[in-house]
Amino acid sequence: MKVNGRQIVLLLYLGFLLLPIYWLVNMSFQTTEEILGTFSLVPEKFTLANYRMIFTDSSWYMGYINSIKYVLLNTVISLSVALPAAYAFSRFRFLGDKHMFFWLLTNRMSPPAVFLLPFFNFYQTVGLFDTHIAVALAHCLFNVPLAVWILEGFMSGIPREIDETAFIDGYSFPRFFFTIFIPLVKAGIGVTAFFCFMFSWVELLLARTLTTVNAKPIAATMTRTISAAGMDWGGLAAAGVLTMIPGAIVIWFVRNYMAKGFALGRV
Amino acid sequence: MARIVLDDLAHSYRPHPAGPDDYALKRIDTVWEDGGAYALLGPSGCGKTTLLNIISGLLIPSQGRVLYDETDVTRLPPEKRNIAQVFQFPVLYDTMTVRENLSFPLRNRGVSPSDTATRVMEVAQALDLVAVLDAKASGLSADAKQKISLGRGLVRSDVAAILFDEPLTVIDPHLKWQLRRKLKEIHDRFKLTLIYVTHDQVEAMTFADQVVVMYDGEIVQIGTPQDLFENPEHTFVGYFIGSPGMNLLPVTMDGEAALTGSSRIPLTPALAGKARAAAAAGAKLELGIRPMYLGLEDAGVDYGVAARINLVEDQGDCRIVTVSMGDVTVKARVPEGRAIPSQEARAVFPPEWTRIFADGRLLK
Amino acid sequence: MEKWDDNKAWFLVLPVFLVVAFSAIIPLMTVVNYSVQDIMAPGQGIFVGPEWYREVLHDPRLHEAFLRQLIYSFTVLAIEIPLGIAVALTLPSKGWKVSACLVLLALPLLIPWNVVGTIWVVFSRPDIGLAGVTINELLGIPYNYTADPMDSWLTVVIMDIWHWTPLVVLLCYAGLQAIPEAYYQAAKIDGASRWAVFRFIQLPKMRGVLMIAVLLRFMDSFMIYTEPFVLTGGGPGNSTTFLSQFLTKMAIGQFDLGPAAAFSLIYFLVILLLSYIFYTVITNLGKGVAK
Repeated sequence: MKVNGRQIVLLLYLGFLLLPIYWLVNMSFQTTEEILGTFSLVPEKFTLANYRMIFTDSSWYMGYINSIKYVLLNTVISLSVALPAAYAFSRFRFLGDKHMFFWLLTNRMSPPAVFLLPFFNFYQTVGLFDTHIAVALAHCLFNVPLAVWILEGFMSGIPREIDETAFIDGYSFPRFFFTIFIPLVKAGIGVTAFFCFMFSWVELLLARTLTTVNAKPIAATMTRTISAAGMDWGGLAAAGVLTMIPGAIVIWFVRNYMAKGFALGRV
Repeated sequence: MARIVLDDLAHSYRPHPAGPDDYALKRIDTVWEDGGAYALLGPSGCGKTTLLNIISGLLIPSQGRVLYDETDVTRLPPEKRNIAQVFQFPVLYDTMTVRENLSFPLRNRGVSPSDTATRVMEVAQALDLVAVLDAKASGLSADAKQKISLGRGLVRSDVAAILFDEPLTVIDPHLKWQLRRKLKEIHDRFKLTLIYVTHDQVEAMTFADQVVVMYDGEIVQIGTPQDLFENPEHTFVGYFIGSPGMNLLPVTMDGEAALTGSSRIPLTPALAGKARAAAAAGAKLELGIRPMYLGLEDAGVDYGVAARINLVEDQGDCRIVTVSMGDVTVKARVPEGRAIPSQEARAVFPPEWTRIFADGRLLK
Repeated sequence: MEKWDDNKAWFLVLPVFLVVAFSAIIPLMTVVNYSVQDIMAPGQGIFVGPEWYREVLHDPRLHEAFLRQLIYSFTVLAIEIPLGIAVALTLPSKGWKVSACLVLLALPLLIPWNVVGTIWVVFSRPDIGLAGVTINELLGIPYNYTADPMDSWLTVVIMDIWHWTPLVVLLCYAGLQAIPEAYYQAAKIDGASRWAVFRFIQLPKMRGVLMIAVLLRFMDSFMIYTEPFVLTGGGPGNSTTFLSQFLTKMAIGQFDLGPAAAFSLIYFLVILLLSYIFYTVITNLGKGVAK
């Protein structure tokens, strides 16, 4: 195979990308003593103990289950409210549409640090504190605006003649929306789902503030080991490696939509 | 300006084609004369876009050569050949004005700014684009955009040929004929070789001096629109050209006549002789006649073939009559004002308009 | 494309409004409320008007943090956007390699932010980290991100580039893949150079995705908290204390709720203003006079 300049750039970049991840994987197969004791490019005493510890200790693996629960909840809520709204923004002009759109975006811009304390108070008052739904709703703050934004881009690319034809053919709006329109934007839904999943999965501040035990996410479980006496680097690395897997599965499902491309907006 | 020679071309998209079915283009060996207006006509998937891309240099053929005049350009990239291409949908540089779009090919070739300006103005005048020269190209209507795409080809004084890949697909019907007329005008004025790919026979027939019909990776006929209509060299041409297409009936020979079911259709002695020879060589015979030449007479006359009228469709200036003869069906095109028998009739096949095809090829 | 006029479309937007309002408006009211009161104990506050705003706006530590934040955000944007576009241009366009590259690219994005910090804590350690050891031992450059402010700042920037460039790459790649082949063919025939193809076809066609990439990267880098908190804790000194950390220190560390709330609102307005500027600039960039 001929190697050209472009491939060299790509390989260099992928190297930069993968080195820290390799280091994480490398650590996850070492004991904490080895990690802290010696500098080793490959594990000298290869061990699976870190992974065994995670899969047998419920405080660890429940973290994953909690995270997956609220992330999925959030993805479903975000998509189901964003789909009709994105349709409205892409098809109609209505009173205050531009203001509404910009207001939505502003929520993507509010630093979670701003909302920590009010959220804590608010969710305690309404009795949702330490539930999966609380985190899912809080994450809607930044995921819903993004979902509306991306979906609107996809929907604008679909000609309105399709809507008109369907209505002339006597389709009711819900029937048109679910049987014709949604299949047409399924690439957009896939891509949006990936972004919602990703941003909800990696967020720590809100998720940690709104939970204590029952809905505690994996990322928060990991901060616990940091404060415990002596850091369990091996366990932390193994847990870190495992956090990459759910998202990697999601991107595997939507990779073809990405590869087919999308322009987002009227280009 | 150039004469384009396609010398024994074939192309396959597979790296190691096994049989003829792997070839998108089977064997093309033809000459496009300098200054001609050609239409490349055929159904989707017949290889016409492949052929166009080989001529423009976007594709290198698996075998054979492309010559512009005497020069072999088979392996030259598109920018080194003197061609321009207009695509199915408008391809424009969105961020540029119309003027910048038109100057772009010249700027890339290092033409001086003053020459560029003169040339752009000349082309803009020919294409009626002067008024919008300083507008952004992205805001214009589809037909204006296609004119700009065409203009980017015309500005180059060295252009040998302009290739069109179904350029009217996205144009509103009422603007299509205007744009087509513009193309004819441009052709007369700039004396360029034009190659126009389409699957629409009306477009092909009205645009071109010579129509090239492609079918399944091969050129089946090159001729004037009238030629294609009267003397289709292949059953596909007969069927594809004309509306409705040519009637095609499987026949066997019986002396001086062709037999279909129990109906006898007389042929000229010369044609009958050739048909008998072809049949003796094992060829499958088909009889073809254009609907406009098929006569319908009252059941009383003593010539023609017994037939029954099934359906009469009024098309304004004529009527299309569907007729059954035994178990075969044919169509006749009857001009306005001519009486049509009510039910039983005789279908008349004038020998001078009756054609015989052996294995799909016209017997001449 | 003209849109239909219909105020009934509001019914379609209503669910979004309710969900976001639930998470945004009520907490925002609380923040506004805090920002104008002096809170002694829960439920007991004295109205102090704009005093906290005055205090916060005159705080030199805030000015420093703000400046640091601006420099940081513009640095990462100036590197990540061009790098992301460049990498997107090198990606293959079909075959199994596409799938492999997309999954690999997405990995850094899928790691929880505190873990990202943790990875770089170890990766950069001069004694046991791959990067730390390589720079110190092999290249012979003294490097210690916990002690040297410049090293620390650079580490945070490189971590951000590592973490977020893939987002830009993914978006740009999708934008590039959406360009029909005919554009490249036309450019070839017009004799356009590689640069002209990029400048006049690829870049304009990526406008939509670039807008999202630039805005997301700007907003998120301006709000960055978790990663530098884990990596450097804002130090050494205040060299990596960005706005969010400053705010959190104020609100939780010192429990100055009033000033923290006032600061939150100012912070929010600044992001709003800058995002609006980006949005307007990118929307108008290269847009036709006749729309």
